[in-house]
Amino acid sequence: MMMWPDQLPAFVPFFLAAALALVTRGRVRSVLMIGAVVLSGLHLWLLSSDITVSFRFLEYELTPYRVDKMSLLFGYVFHLAALMSVLFSLHVEDTTQHVSGLLYAGSAIGAVFAGDLLTLFVFWELLAVTSAFLVWAKRTERSYQAGMRYLIIQVLSGVILLGGIVIHLNTTGSIAFDFIGIDSLGGWLILIAFGFKAAFPLLHTWLTDAYPEATSTGTVFLSAFTTKTAIYTLARAYPGTELLIYVGATMACFPIFYAVIQNDLRRVLSYSLINQLGFMVCGIGIGTALAVNGAVAHAFVHIIYKSLLFMSMGAVLYMTGKIKATDIGGLYKTMPKTAILCIIGAASISAFPLFSGFVAKSLIMAAALKEGYEWIWLVLLLASAGVLKHAGIQIPYFAFFAHDSGIRTSEPPRNMLLAMTIAAFFCLAIGIYPAMLYRLLPFDVAYSPYDLTHVLAQTQLLFFAMLAFVWLNIQGVYPPEVRAVNVDAEWFYRKLFRRISASLFGWLWRTDTDFRKWALKKIDDITVYFAKIHSSTSGKASIIRPTGYMVIWVAILLAAYLWLLLSFPH
Amino acid sequence: MTTHLPILQVIIPLLAAPFCIFLRIPRLVGIFAILVSAAAFLVSCGLLQQVITAGTISYKLGGWPAPWGIEYRIDILNVYLLLLVSAMSTIVLVAAQTSIKKELPEDRHVFFYTSFLLCLTGLLGILATADAFNVFVFLEISALSTYTMIALGTDRRALTASYQYLIMGTIGATFIIIGVGLMYMMTGTLNMYDLAERLPEVNTSRTVLSAFGFFIVGVCLKLALFPLHLWLPNAYAFAPSIATAFLAATATKVAVYLLIRLVFSIFGIEFVVTVLPMQEIFMVLGLAGIFAASVSAIYQLNIKRLFAYSSVAQIGYMILGLAIGTKLGLVATLVHMFNHALMKAAVFLAIGGAVYRIHSAQLIHFAGLGRKMPLTMAAIVIGGLSLIGVPLTVGFVSKWYLVLALLENGWWPVAILVLMSSLLAVMYVWRTVEWIYFTPPRINIDDVTEAPLSQLIPIWILVLANIYFGLNTSLTVGLSKMAAESLYGIFGGVL
Repeated sequence: MMMWPDQLPAFVPFFLAAALALVTRGRVRSVLMIGAVVLSGLHLWLLSSDITVSFRFLEYELTPYRVDKMSLLFGYVFHLAALMSVLFSLHVEDTTQHVSGLLYAGSAIGAVFAGDLLTLFVFWELLAVTSAFLVWAKRTERSYQAGMRYLIIQVLSGVILLGGIVIHLNTTGSIAFDFIGIDSLGGWLILIAFGFKAAFPLLHTWLTDAYPEATSTGTVFLSAFTTKTAIYTLARAYPGTELLIYVGATMACFPIFYAVIQNDLRRVLSYSLINQLGFMVCGIGIGTALAVNGAVAHAFVHIIYKSLLFMSMGAVLYMTGKIKATDIGGLYKTMPKTAILCIIGAASISAFPLFSGFVAKSLIMAAALKEGYEWIWLVLLLASAGVLKHAGIQIPYFAFFAHDSGIRTSEPPRNMLLAMTIAAFFCLAIGIYPAMLYRLLPFDVAYSPYDLTHVLAQTQLLFFAMLAFVWLNIQGVYPPEVRAVNVDAEWFYRKLFRRISASLFGWLWRTDTDFRKWALKKIDDITVYFAKIHSSTSGKASIIRPTGYMVIWVAILLAAYLWLLLSFPH
Repeated sequence: MTTHLPILQVIIPLLAAPFCIFLRIPRLVGIFAILVSAAAFLVSCGLLQQVITAGTISYKLGGWPAPWGIEYRIDILNVYLLLLVSAMSTIVLVAAQTSIKKELPEDRHVFFYTSFLLCLTGLLGILATADAFNVFVFLEISALSTYTMIALGTDRRALTASYQYLIMGTIGATFIIIGVGLMYMMTGTLNMYDLAERLPEVNTSRTVLSAFGFFIVGVCLKLALFPLHLWLPNAYAFAPSIATAFLAATATKVAVYLLIRLVFSIFGIEFVVTVLPMQEIFMVLGLAGIFAASVSAIYQLNIKRLFAYSSVAQIGYMILGLAIGTKLGLVATLVHMFNHALMKAAVFLAIGGAVYRIHSAQLIHFAGLGRKMPLTMAAIVIGGLSLIGVPLTVGFVSKWYLVLALLENGWWPVAILVLMSSLLAVMYVWRTVEWIYFTPPRINIDDVTEAPLSQLIPIWILVLANIYFGLNTSLTVGLSKMAAESLYGIFGGVL
């Protein structure tokens, strides 16, 4: 072990594997990709101490590789996510997806180990570009458009980040990536840039727009890395920023209303992803050791169960070609294993005791109470109930039970099942034995999730939510597939919620939509105008100017200069 | 021998040019041109070493002392650009060997090399001399040979483009000579440093002020500053690819050099900013150039024209750096001059490589080339990324210093505009990428293969330089800082 290069940055194996994946095919490539991820994970696991690698660039001390407890935690879970995602997509023979997937995972890992802002920026942009290919890989017009919108927003976030970095550097003179705070313009810009990737309200549209359009395997990659990288950066740079508490609470709530009216199950999951991010942002905002621990722990478990849910939906999409709630149902008959795995994921996201979501979420909730944010605690509690509804029940129920769609298929390929099993294993293992996770957390906090009050409170909440669901089931059947039959349930579900949210969010929605329409229209107008003047047949700007025209400009400028100069007071 | 390096720098290509005509055999002439250019490069390396160790070199032509005789004066700024120009010409000439075979008829090859070397002479001469009239002479040598090179292009529009450039270039040169003449009238001297000493006594006279006005307009015309840029896109689009690569990399940089000399060494920055709102003018024109040209670039159908417009935009960045009026701003300009040469030479040579295979520079004909010429096209992409200012490339270093200088001066709205303009660069680069990689071929490109090795090697040397100097900035930033220090210090004094 003496010769083992401890200082080898963790993203390097990924980039190397991506380069090799470009030229290999079939089984060799599968072994290579899995091998690279596993070896890189082992390499990280065996690191004995904190590491900083730095060198000088321009006048600055850059730290492209910094290993400490916080970055290591994300490093582990990103490796795990990469392993699951790669495994899940092994059966696909698409070089673009494999290469961009590995590059994407590598960029995320590079970003969390970045010790300075410039390195962070580089990986930030790499994340954007490599992930766009996962959206495009579906190769439909729709996914191309969605990918383009996605890329533009991501690059915009990068540009804002760079602007923020430069201003931050100019004011503080430091390029190190540590606590930044929102006391300066630079800090604000960087926060906004992080906010784009963390899907802050109103900056979130790229997520729900692009994720459901990616390939069935690509979404699994996407769900793990981009947003959690942003959570990591927020936890580093903005812990204890009170604003984030409210932003997080909003994020935890508003997607519930949107998720209700979605039919595309992967879009439901995308909204629930934002809701989950809300919990983490909230934890970062509270900023105590307990809360930040909660936020990163939540990120850790979230990556696993969210991947599991996206994988199960990916498997459904892959096997049936359908993902609309109204098109599928009753799949448990032919995909029992997938159904069970999906339910484990659903139980985890709903934070059932003994499942991983519970042990992480309770940290954040406890921190909120402890710091005296009772209202926030209540909001988060409500949001938890919402999670149960849209992710915990809606997903497995509509896909695998509900009305029988008549689709007869079979279990997905072995690699998919294996990937899901790994995820399910971790969901249960962490839920049953949380100390395993707590030991990895950046701060030492003695906390046990399994105390009586908390278990009781959570179980109560869950059971009431389940009760409502059962009641709905007895009353009629759960909405979408009976839209035409049962008007009562339909009304309750689709109208009441809408009415509530319409009064609450209607105004916001309308302004938002109007503004977007207006802005898009303006952008269209400007593009058309420029296209017109540059059109090769009649455009003003594309004709080859006569020499005289150029000379006129010379004369004008000369006259202007001479006038300015000669009117100079003597 | 080593004491004569300043004049050797200019005289070697000057004498070699007519010699080409006697050599006659195109192959031989080509190799001869490379050797001459390489010799010039070695001379600049020698000069660099001398300047670094011994400070500014003053060389008196024929032994006549300064105000009477012609003085060549090499300080850090001169040698920095001499190095750039001679290095670029050497690399470009290597690619020229095969490239012009397809783009020019055989009987014109010798003329091409001759005018290329003359152009090189002119550019090096402008950089080396300290004599204002000498500048004009070399300016004309380089300009006339440039018109010839452009006119050699096979497209018939090359003639119009060359003719337009001739008219505009002549007007520019005339203005410059008027400026020189007026200054001579008032001071009786042509030596730049002598001028710098004598001008303050008379600098409120209308004659000197007019001289300055003529000089500025003439130089801005030469460096294609918006709105005097209209000659450039056509000239670059229809010239042979090699000429485009060489001119894009060097000619405008030399004009920017002239502007810097004029403002900092001859008139002095204090004078310039008191008699004119020069900072504001340059800022507005620079920004206007960046935005107008970048938008135009997005809509171009000819890929050479597209990157020609991008050149106009990049000149805007250089002028913006000058407009800031601080040392850091000047550093940004100087660094970008070097870096932009690397980017544009790489891009235009790669385009030349493609034109060599498909005989067209229409963007639409580049469709599908990504699969057929992966290495050549990758060079365009990396050059494009550099133009955008992506980290790990030289473009990033340039933008970084520019934005830093803008912020240091408190011009943050301008800094935001600069960052936004990068998005326009993303658009025009993306458009080429989209055609090259994501569009099925529009013409038959089944037989198309990678550009010949003699072009690929220079292309990739430049591409790697784009990355190398993006990581290791000690040469570019180091020399730029020294040059900026000396320009802001006592004239000619070296750190």
